[in-house]
Amino acid sequence: MSNIGSYDERVKNFSWSLAEQELEYKKGDVINIGWYCSDRICDKGMADKTAMIWEGRTKENLKTFTFNDIRLYSNTIGDFLRKQGIVDNDRVCLFMDKAPELYIGFLGILKIGAVAQPLFSAFGDESLFVRLDNAGTKAIITQKKHAGKVQKILDRLPHLEHIIIIDYDGKKPLREKEIAFSMLEAEPVEKFDIFPTKAESHSLLHYTSGTTGQPKGVKHVHYSLISQYLTTKWVLDLQPDDIYWCTADPGWVTGTSYGIIGPWSLGITLCVMDSGFSAEAWYAFMDRHKVTMWYSAPTAIRSLMKAGDDIIKNHNLSSLRHLASVGEPLNAEAVIWSEKVFGKPFFDTYWQTETGSMMITNYPGMKVKPGSMGKAFPGLTVALLDDKTFEPITEPNKSGLIAFKPDWPACMRTYWNNEETFQKKFKDGWYLSGDKSTIDKDGYFWFIGRDDDVINTGGHLVSPFEVESALLEHEAVAESAVVAKPDEVNMEVVKAFVTLNPGFEASDMLELKIMNFIRKKLSPLAMPQEIEYMDKLPKTRSGKIMRRLLHAKEWGEEIGDTSTLEDD
Amino acid sequence: MANTEEMKEAILEYVIEEYAEDDDDVTYDTPLITGGLVDSFSMVSLKRFLEVKYKISIPDEKATPEAFDNVNIIVELVKEFI
Repeated sequence: MSNIGSYDERVKNFSWSLAEQELEYKKGDVINIGWYCSDRICDKGMADKTAMIWEGRTKENLKTFTFNDIRLYSNTIGDFLRKQGIVDNDRVCLFMDKAPELYIGFLGILKIGAVAQPLFSAFGDESLFVRLDNAGTKAIITQKKHAGKVQKILDRLPHLEHIIIIDYDGKKPLREKEIAFSMLEAEPVEKFDIFPTKAESHSLLHYTSGTTGQPKGVKHVHYSLISQYLTTKWVLDLQPDDIYWCTADPGWVTGTSYGIIGPWSLGITLCVMDSGFSAEAWYAFMDRHKVTMWYSAPTAIRSLMKAGDDIIKNHNLSSLRHLASVGEPLNAEAVIWSEKVFGKPFFDTYWQTETGSMMITNYPGMKVKPGSMGKAFPGLTVALLDDKTFEPITEPNKSGLIAFKPDWPACMRTYWNNEETFQKKFKDGWYLSGDKSTIDKDGYFWFIGRDDDVINTGGHLVSPFEVESALLEHEAVAESAVVAKPDEVNMEVVKAFVTLNPGFEASDMLELKIMNFIRKKLSPLAMPQEIEYMDKLPKTRSGKIMRRLLHAKEWGEEIGDTSTLEDD
Repeated sequence: MANTEEMKEAILEYVIEEYAEDDDDVTYDTPLITGGLVDSFSMVSLKRFLEVKYKISIPDEKATPEAFDNVNIIVELVKEFI
């Protein structure tokens, strides 16, 4: 029997108080995610249960942590931060690979009432700078391999007081503001005074990209736990004996909502693979640790499909009980493939950094329509709105903007230092997701695409504006326009169109140099996978670049109205 | 045409210059993809480097994580197309 039981019954009788009761939380109580994910689980008699199986770059580099370990180590990290003068509401960035300190440090930050700001460790120095600058981050916890990027931008971050290195080996002297801290070697802190955060206390800051402007810091609060707990339980269907693998990096919201908070608040064992992707390595990892529940992303699934089915035969994956996917639409072929090779489908889930928890998903026990996003989570008020009138659409199979009434616990509270943009996400009491879909006669949602120019590559959003701005900083580039290009594995990738400054000639070598310039400045995700040189970019008579035309060209679409196009 | 040793040296130098972080110790057999040094997006720029440097074209189906996982393997891949 699945945790959710009957979806229809849950919809009829739904209340978020169900999760509040299970978590023994009453309105007005202290609610601290750090405590819920460690101390409370120990108090429930699971102190000796394995909380995390962590594997480094080789299978021999293996560490396991019980719930008591993560309780103690998160206390220890919290205590260390407090001794550095970090207090509630201070932003503390986690900037590292998937080291154990990332997961446990996340809880430690929350335990002192500070705000966790996880950032993807592949970010280049400029991407790192804009996010630390916007957040006014006071401390960053990182590894020595990534500390150089922080040092490079330190002069421009006057509010950054501490660079905490978790793996300092003494080979080179510590630099300005750097301080060494070893979680495993520090004196464990048994008794710890956890900060009494309340429902609306700020917990987490995740950055996401929009079409224009700089990345936006999405503010979440400790009450988000209610949504994350229940969606994990009902959609991921985690059971006490599960070995759960969420492949997402906690630098992104899936990696925190469902890579840490959801499973640990339920006392579930999770496993972490701190190394890169290959089909062989992934299958071997699941075989070795007997993974039962696997939450991954379409890009990874399509890469596995590409690697072929023969490789699967070398591994025993019979432990797999339930599979789910997130990040971008899961194509029907991938669902059908997983049924063929694993004997069960991937259940697609749809949600966003802003929603903090799953919104439209497939559920155990409910028929999966391959290619569909599924149905709304119980308790949510969702509609498709007409893109001009913003009125709800009632006919089935008609395209509209996906919108939600913002009354679920994990809904973002604002964009950090950007209330104006936050307010623009709402219309007539609806939260506008920025995505379009249809709903069929059975109530299943079918994803269509974004209603803006944001590029969804491998499940991560990339702002064309951010890439265009960075391109202009390259000495060879005079003008730039960035659009999504279709891609078999990543759904979309970044493509740039550029004109060159006098004295520069188009060449393959220059293309490579520009690609690497963006990769190091922003991130590998933002790096154009292709750069097309143009004599001039299509512009309106008022001089605005017509990105729409370039997008249509890449997707083989009609270019539409060109009456405003600048004449030659 | 570059010999194997020269190719290994040139590719290693490029990998260190472009992808290694402060603390990475990269050798000819360091796992690049499975080791997390080069991710799937960055692999595109590594492929492009090989194509530009050695004036070859590597078909997408040959550009797998396994074929790019260390400098020694990459050299064998490049030699197929020279």
